[in-house]
Amino acid sequence: MEPTAYLLAFIALAALATFLTRALPFLLLAGHAEHEWLQFLGRFLPPVLMVLLLVYALKTPLVSGVGLAQSLLALALVVLLHLTLRNALVSILGGTAGYMLMVQQWMPL
Amino acid sequence: MSSESLPSSGFRLSLPVLFGYIPLGIAFGVLFSELGYHWLWATAMGAFIYAGAAQFLAVGLIANQAGLFEVFVAVFLLNARHLVYGLSLISRLGLRGWRRWYLIFALTDETYSLLTALERQAPSLRDRLQVRIAALNQLYWVLGCTLGAWLGSQLPLPTEGAEFALPALFMVLTLEQYRHVRKPLLFLLALLIGLVALFISPDQMLLISVLLAVSLLLMAKGGERWNRLRIF
Repeated sequence: MEPTAYLLAFIALAALATFLTRALPFLLLAGHAEHEWLQFLGRFLPPVLMVLLLVYALKTPLVSGVGLAQSLLALALVVLLHLTLRNALVSILGGTAGYMLMVQQWMPL
Repeated sequence: MSSESLPSSGFRLSLPVLFGYIPLGIAFGVLFSELGYHWLWATAMGAFIYAGAAQFLAVGLIANQAGLFEVFVAVFLLNARHLVYGLSLISRLGLRGWRRWYLIFALTDETYSLLTALERQAPSLRDRLQVRIAALNQLYWVLGCTLGAWLGSQLPLPTEGAEFALPALFMVLTLEQYRHVRKPLLFLLALLIGLVALFISPDQMLLISVLLAVSLLLMAKGGERWNRLRIF
């Protein structure tokens, strides 16, 4: 596919998928928001999804082993920053800066 | 609150989001500029997709020229937490027409948390503030994305490794979830499911692991009900 066509289709699909997650409850579940099973999934699915997305985001280092040590060290930095300062932006940017320093300077891939 | 102080009060409420969205948007834009596309594409993504984590993920997916089906599944699952926001807002959204649909479209984590903070306002004031806050927040995000992508296209930045922003973001979101749901076993089980799915198929990891996790959760829930009926 041509780069521009691919990017257009990409943005359209990503926009549709995002909008669906925001609109589906209003479209389908207007009368069922209090349903016991929905409440159950609503409480326990988000933490599970976050862990799965974390594993997904680390797919390449986990499967290939390339950059795995750097990733785990940087993750530890994110956890440390977040447990001490509790500022999401500082944790994300700090961890990313740590990872960039490692792969560019100290422990090249 | 007098009606004259309205514009500023919506702006004041949105200030924390301003300080969060501009730098995070810039980080996205800089990362996006690595792909070599025109910076206006980053503006378009902020305007039409308008989801931080999904846009960071998108950079990786575009770099790998991921299949469009995988793109749809990954973005949908990544944003599935929004389903929960919608559920809890259904009874609190008074607006009708395009304003209602814009609010639903613009329901990011941060906008959701600000909207829930408007609970105690009178309905007419609440409705106006809701749209104003949602629009201001999106404005900050689009500005950040654009600025970052433009900067990245002007200056050669040493961006190798910047893609770690995505796992870092999920690590933070996981820690935040743990503050609300203190079930270490649930998190360990999710980690195990993720690793098993990765072992089965790296390409379909997300779909496999989510289906597995939802099935297990529903079975656990069903088990609880059977237990109450003393079936086992």
